[in-house]
Amino acid sequence: MPAELREQVRRALEHPHLSAALTRFSEDYRASRARAYQGIDFESLRARIAERKAHAVERLDRLAARFMEAAAARGAHVVRLHAPSEVREYILSVARRRGARLIVKSKSMATEEVHLNAELEQAGIEVKETDLGEWIIQLARQRPSHMVLPAIHLTRDDVAELFSRETGERLQAEIARLVRVAREQLREKFLHAEIGITGANIAVAETGSLVLLTNEGNARLVATLPPVHIAVVGIEKLVERFEDIEPILAALPRSATAQQITSYVSILTGPAEAADGGVKEMHIILYDHRRMEMSEDPLFCQALQCIRCASCLNVCPVYRLVGGHVFGKVYTGAIGAVLTACIEGWDASRGLEQLCIQCGACRDVCPAKVDLPELILEVRRRAAAAVPQPLAARAVFSIVSNRRAFHALLRAASLAQKPLADGPYLRHLPLWLSGQGKNRRLPALAAEPLRDRFPRLEQPRSDRRAALFAGCLIDFVYPEIGEAIVRLLNRAGIEVVFPEKQTCCGAPAHFSGALDAAAANARDNAEAFSGIEVEAVISACPTCTVALQQDALRAVRESGARQYLAEAEQLAGKTVDVATFLQRLVSEGSLRLPGGREMPPLTYHDSCHLKRTLHAEQPPRELLRASGYELREMQECDVCCGMGGSYSLRMPEVSSAMLARKLRMIAATGAGGVALDCPGCLMQIRGGSAASGQPVQVRHTAEWLAQLLDTAN
Amino acid sequence: MEAAQDGAPLFHKGAGLNTLVSGLMIGKFRTAAEAAGAEVVDARSPGAALGAVARLLKEEGVGQDGRTAVWADGPLRSMFHPELLAQMLPGLVLEVTRETAAAAHAGITEFDYGAAATGTLVQDASAAGQRLASTLPPVHLALLRADRIVADTASALRLFDPARCAFLALVTGPSRTADIERVLTIGVHGPRRLVVIVYEPEASHAR
Repeated sequence: MPAELREQVRRALEHPHLSAALTRFSEDYRASRARAYQGIDFESLRARIAERKAHAVERLDRLAARFMEAAAARGAHVVRLHAPSEVREYILSVARRRGARLIVKSKSMATEEVHLNAELEQAGIEVKETDLGEWIIQLARQRPSHMVLPAIHLTRDDVAELFSRETGERLQAEIARLVRVAREQLREKFLHAEIGITGANIAVAETGSLVLLTNEGNARLVATLPPVHIAVVGIEKLVERFEDIEPILAALPRSATAQQITSYVSILTGPAEAADGGVKEMHIILYDHRRMEMSEDPLFCQALQCIRCASCLNVCPVYRLVGGHVFGKVYTGAIGAVLTACIEGWDASRGLEQLCIQCGACRDVCPAKVDLPELILEVRRRAAAAVPQPLAARAVFSIVSNRRAFHALLRAASLAQKPLADGPYLRHLPLWLSGQGKNRRLPALAAEPLRDRFPRLEQPRSDRRAALFAGCLIDFVYPEIGEAIVRLLNRAGIEVVFPEKQTCCGAPAHFSGALDAAAANARDNAEAFSGIEVEAVISACPTCTVALQQDALRAVRESGARQYLAEAEQLAGKTVDVATFLQRLVSEGSLRLPGGREMPPLTYHDSCHLKRTLHAEQPPRELLRASGYELREMQECDVCCGMGGSYSLRMPEVSSAMLARKLRMIAATGAGGVALDCPGCLMQIRGGSAASGQPVQVRHTAEWLAQLLDTAN
Repeated sequence: MEAAQDGAPLFHKGAGLNTLVSGLMIGKFRTAAEAAGAEVVDARSPGAALGAVARLLKEEGVGQDGRTAVWADGPLRSMFHPELLAQMLPGLVLEVTRETAAAAHAGITEFDYGAAATGTLVQDASAAGQRLASTLPPVHLALLRADRIVADTASALRLFDPARCAFLALVTGPSRTADIERVLTIGVHGPRRLVVIVYEPEASHAR
């Protein structure tokens, strides 16, 4: 993480109302988006958009040619330009030919990408943004902090100040009045501008049509009033057919602003009649800077499916803390991190991809089915390959990927920490377990890891056997979770085995873009579990579960260690999260939960990987309820707690802010205990709760369940 | 309903199933349009529609203190003699230019279709006057034939050939913004008031 970005993060977090405004917005957005999609099958709608957009991305060249032909046949001047400078020069040449002194614009990200306004102003041409938010930003000489709500970071007082300066009149901070001022000021500009510049939300190849969505009506005016209209359109806006407009028109307003449709949708096919009779002069610039390269990339081609709704920003728990001036450049948020890297290069984006905590919230809401977390990981991988990793980071992975060295180090650390241990919490831990502990007390390493305690556990012999994959946190920090699982499975008549040679699941390496280290972990685990006859491999850490089920296979495939592929696949096939497995045992009748007693109320925290990757958010809840616990759901139960593996150490300020919010949500339920299914979340929330001075009991679902078995006996 | 789902407009032919279906569609359209911030007024005949226009213009003070309204060319407008219009609608200007539209307090335009699901008005606005009259004045009166309401915007789009329509306009509710502190504010660049007058194309016999 570059120091500059870290400093920006710190400043954003200290901003008096930035994160408060963004957080209120993201809370409202969740509810209003859900209402907007009521009665609509979002999954099939987004599958349709993704299919249509992917279809277009595969044949951009052909569609561009078809678009140009169709639009030219309708009388538009159409050019395809590649470099930002070509776009600027083209527009300048039109402006010079028309003797333009004033240009009005409606929102266009492509023109922001080519920094058009500065160029035009330098040439002595007055440029006015007419979207209210964009105009505010232009007056403030800033850049938009959100792709749909550009001025979301400014207050009415800020706007009153800017407008007062612009009009030379002292304006009160009354929103309706400020909007009227904008109307009056910009109306004059609309009527006198010689050229209007717009972007486009969709470009239809077969008809040469452009689709523009606005709520204010400014695009309509920009395209209607001046005698010349120039549309600057990123080539990725192309779709093949006119009816491809339909699914995008259904999703874009709902995802962007939770509206059924925007106030104005204009579909322009060639120049229409000009405002003072005659035919308009219409120019369309198809702009493809770097997009063709992206379209040929097996992974990043997906990012071209984006329809710019900004829902990935609206649901991002990091964006809402730091805003788009920190998390993004021209394009902001998750898609911003990807597009900045692809379009502006690794240098421009370095660090942005580090802001993502990989919670997966954006993937769930993307109407174009762009797998943003995966693309961001790929940015990390390519950045890691392009730039040498810091020595410390490389040292960490060289140890983590060497099981013996890693485990020896953890054992040594558990001895070394003794004088520093402060009850069950500790401030200084090795490796990624070390770091800032101001708002969160970090746990001590267990005196004896699970792997050493395991052989002493008394278990009934049985034909039914399952293996336990502990993962580092349960093995070395929370062995009691492993023991709880053994007791539960024993109760169901299952004997648990612990393959000694198991090691780190590979997730830390995977999420840092260190593919080789991840592959080494995958290979070691494949070997450790091969030849063991078990019905399932139980994991109580969703991140480990995902790593073993999915990421390990990929690491093995891509690292060239294909001789381990069969074993890794077998391990992947048997791996299951503990709640899903217990639920299965309950429904087949092999496990009877005590139940029937009144238990204290708990609240449940959804771990990102359990909910959004494994889709297993119900089994733990059902098990807890069946055991008699009352569940009091907290607000935003599925928003990330801020742990994110090593994220909490790389970005401690962001992580702490997320944790603080989670603790408030927990406290608001009045429940005395928190159940969760991830030892990482447990470390984060238990540590935060302990540091808060009003600790609640934070335990793994397996522990809450096993505790009942003990008291039932 | 099937016809509507296929995207064909429902032609009103007196009493019968079509009337019922048409009534349901108008109801849906009204609910959605009102949810988007528009007002919806029913008129039983073209004459009643003209009456509604007159009432609304008067309400807005058009014809007094030099307040004007513009009415872009359309089938309802052409049903009435200009002299009758001038008499009934004081302050009305029939020539729509950027100057007359920018100076007008109200703009009247006639839409080709309505989309019930979202309360959207759909129009071939290739003629500049349609866009000027519906965007520049602070008040917009939109005329829509009751038998031209289709199920949704997707159905409406299929009724147009983009090769013959340079500017296809979809309008849903008044102009709005939430760009300052996300507070919804009506009438930023376009009209702050949108009234949709849904009228029966001939005197209705249904009771």
